[in-house]
Amino acid sequence: MIVLELVVNGRSCRETVEPRLLLSDFLRHNLGLMGTHVGCEHGVCGACTVLVDGAAVRSCLLLAVQLEGSRVETVESLAADGKLSPLQRAFHECHALQCGFCTPGILLGATDLLSRGKPSRAEIEDFLSGHLCRCTGYTPIVDAIARAAGVDAA
Amino acid sequence: MAGDKLSRVSVATRQETWVGRAVPRLEDEALLRGEGQFMDDLAPIPNAGHAAILRSQLAHARITRLDASRALAAPGVAGVLTGQDVRAMSRPFPVGVEGARPYYAAAGEVARYAGEPLAVVVAKNRYLAEDALELIEVDYEPLEPVLDARVGEVVSERAFSYGDPAAAFAAADLVVRQRFRFPRWSCTPVECYGVVADWNGATGSLTAWANFQGPFTLHSVAAGALGLRGSKLRLITPPDSGGSFGIKATVYVYVVLLGLASRKLGIPVRWTEDRLEHLAGSATATARETEVEAAFAADGELLALCYDAIDDVGAYLRAPEPATTYRMHGSLSGAYRVRNVAARNRVVLTNRCPSGLNRGFGGPQLYFPLERTMAIAAGRLGLDPAELVRRNLVGADEFPYRTPSGGLYDSGDYEGALDEALELSRYAERREEQHHARAEGRLFGIGLAIVVEPSISNMGYITLAQTPEERAQTLPKSGNAEGATIAVSPLGGITVRIGTTPQGQGHATVCAQVAADALGVEPDDVEVLTSVDTSTSAWTVASGNYSSRFSGVGAGAVHLAAQKLAAKLRAIAAHELGVEAHEVELREGKAWAGEASVSLRRLAGLAHWNPDALPPGVEPGLVENAFYAAPNLAPPDAQDRVASSAAHGFIADVAVVEVDRETGQVVVLDYTTVHDAGRLLNPLLVEGQVRGGFAHGVGPALFERVEHDEDGNLLTGSFMDYLCPTAPDLPPLTIGHRETPSPFTALGAKGLGEGNTMSVPAAIANAVADALGIDELELPLTPPRVWELLGR
Repeated sequence: MIVLELVVNGRSCRETVEPRLLLSDFLRHNLGLMGTHVGCEHGVCGACTVLVDGAAVRSCLLLAVQLEGSRVETVESLAADGKLSPLQRAFHECHALQCGFCTPGILLGATDLLSRGKPSRAEIEDFLSGHLCRCTGYTPIVDAIARAAGVDAA
Repeated sequence: MAGDKLSRVSVATRQETWVGRAVPRLEDEALLRGEGQFMDDLAPIPNAGHAAILRSQLAHARITRLDASRALAAPGVAGVLTGQDVRAMSRPFPVGVEGARPYYAAAGEVARYAGEPLAVVVAKNRYLAEDALELIEVDYEPLEPVLDARVGEVVSERAFSYGDPAAAFAAADLVVRQRFRFPRWSCTPVECYGVVADWNGATGSLTAWANFQGPFTLHSVAAGALGLRGSKLRLITPPDSGGSFGIKATVYVYVVLLGLASRKLGIPVRWTEDRLEHLAGSATATARETEVEAAFAADGELLALCYDAIDDVGAYLRAPEPATTYRMHGSLSGAYRVRNVAARNRVVLTNRCPSGLNRGFGGPQLYFPLERTMAIAAGRLGLDPAELVRRNLVGADEFPYRTPSGGLYDSGDYEGALDEALELSRYAERREEQHHARAEGRLFGIGLAIVVEPSISNMGYITLAQTPEERAQTLPKSGNAEGATIAVSPLGGITVRIGTTPQGQGHATVCAQVAADALGVEPDDVEVLTSVDTSTSAWTVASGNYSSRFSGVGAGAVHLAAQKLAAKLRAIAAHELGVEAHEVELREGKAWAGEASVSLRRLAGLAHWNPDALPPGVEPGLVENAFYAAPNLAPPDAQDRVASSAAHGFIADVAVVEVDRETGQVVVLDYTTVHDAGRLLNPLLVEGQVRGGFAHGVGPALFERVEHDEDGNLLTGSFMDYLCPTAPDLPPLTIGHRETPSPFTALGAKGLGEGNTMSVPAAIANAVADALGIDELELPLTPPRVWELLGR
């Protein structure tokens, strides 16, 4: 067992974990952060995406012990002061989610994308190719991210 | 069935309703915050052991030894349930066909598909359970797998004939004969299956939480396998479900498997399916091979249609199969006036994962051959495909229209929708462009698909798998009903509880709209409970989420329950205000009689706290249950005719493609769909369903296929191999809406979630065939397959 210290959603955590524990399982089962969803456990669907030191990563492809000293953000961190972020609001307004299972991962991936400048619509689509959504047909998600980015919806 | 007496309901025509508006979803806030309550998020009972399932590595093999002793000694292991235990502790799952191979929740002596459960290990956590799984020793004696449906065991065969097909063929100017294969594919929701099972030895009952989409008939199937009367199997669904598209109906198998594990080990057991298990062992759509013969007159009139279909349902005929084979039975003639129709249906076993519900369910398998046949015929007759379609469409003045096989099409304006699709897609211009493109040597094609989209399945259609004589021996099955409950609390809070187990479709929002209209409040004032509990919810054997039944019967039940409650509130208010009930109007959270009003909160308080003041004959309390039954859904008749669905939408699609000669890649340049689903309850959600159904149609058209090698090993066992379309893979989509209300549903609405999944494979296939100038092609149209076609 290994003692792990890291900051998750702004709070310091100290947990004793097995070396083989996946980050996704650590977040869900050790910390109770159920907003991080697991869809494939082989890094394709993107549902488990979280931010590690600001960069989007697949939490199913990382071991928790790799995160020693890191800063992790999950979907639970996005609504600051209890209010939905502009990106979350745009998802609501554009009907960019149906079942909502893939949504947390996409929100965090898009947060990373938007932190790196104003993406074009093609760049948004390109980013989104790393996430599977089986409900929406993707177009409303592209619309929502474009709206949050202040990019022309057309 | 001439002279049918048809039940109709009047369609609400009140203006200024919440229903019909693009109300943003009430579900979103929690989901966007990561506060949804999905199956794996719930810990409904403490101290559950975690299960891992050992699965057959071979497609067909005798299990000569299964030794779990090392697993039992592994750290943290609570116990093991084997296939032999499953056989001793349960019965085969009931199914609608006599003599089908017995199907249990796990394999016994023989495993019949790669991925079939052999044993369940339960341990302190999933990691330890998977460790122990590797310690189970299994000896396999390989057996020859059957993978070609044409040589598989036929478990059900029936032939049907309506009108006089033979005479029509004798009189035909053109006969088209063609074989089609629709691939095995799967909608793969992003959330997999999940079950928590808790056997209670004292009461002899099982409580199971599962992201199931029933109860449906499958609650009874699961209870039957467990040998329990229905009340001893309490199934509870979580508030949120991460997509299903039909696939999660089959969670019931794992409810039984994990229920038996809980019973054997004496502890609650939880299991969350992983993706590899899902692809190997959940369910897929039925693969169908169809030989079509179609007779045409020289002017293009479709005179007769004959289908000879083989449905590959995999290793076992699993309930509700062979429903795929019969779901579309009333629509064998599609959108066309043809009166002579024949069908031969064979349901066949192979050594693959058993099939199950999957978006479109029988529709893609029907419309791919039918619409390809129409396109082939147009080419041979020298007619534009759109013109051939037009000459055969059921006319707007012919509704309600009885099809030869007994379907009852409720309403529509098919030609109007076709015209709109041709206009929106700039069809004539695109044909011009095609002419020029061909002159330049480009492979440019245009394809149509014309689809009647059935919704609200008749629970009796599946009994077509039996002969009329066999049916006469059993309890007739018919109809499709749904229940809902509405309650007002002592403080005036409104709660609606539904049985339609939404998986992202936005049922809560629509139910809040419906209840808000009836009670004169706003949708935000209504809480909607989506979690079904078979011990406390108002449900019936049809309840659940399948056959696009929500907007017809689900919302209909809420409408009826809310109307009952509104009537009671008006009666109480009338007594308070000293007027007659019919003079009372509910709006703005109050009951009004002229200028006088009394608040809903006061009425609620009165009904709960001061029953003494209620008008004579009015019961205290404010809770109403209602069941809405779709009309005109009789059991199949003695001539094997059945109204297989209550409502029928219409779709006209146009796909424009270009094929790259060098790579074989199909590029869909644009795609147009015009959709008529009756009255649209919430246009925002409608758009979502159309887009989602479209994406699920693009899958088997261009990317998705469950494939096995010659030994029956799954080749598409991960998301690296089973290719779901991603954002850049989907072509631009133009959507047109028309609204021809259904006279047969409470709110005039029809289902609409599946139609584009039915139409898109056919439309894209027609466009690619048009581009390549060929008749025969197979789905999905991947670059290697198209490249091969180009080489021919």
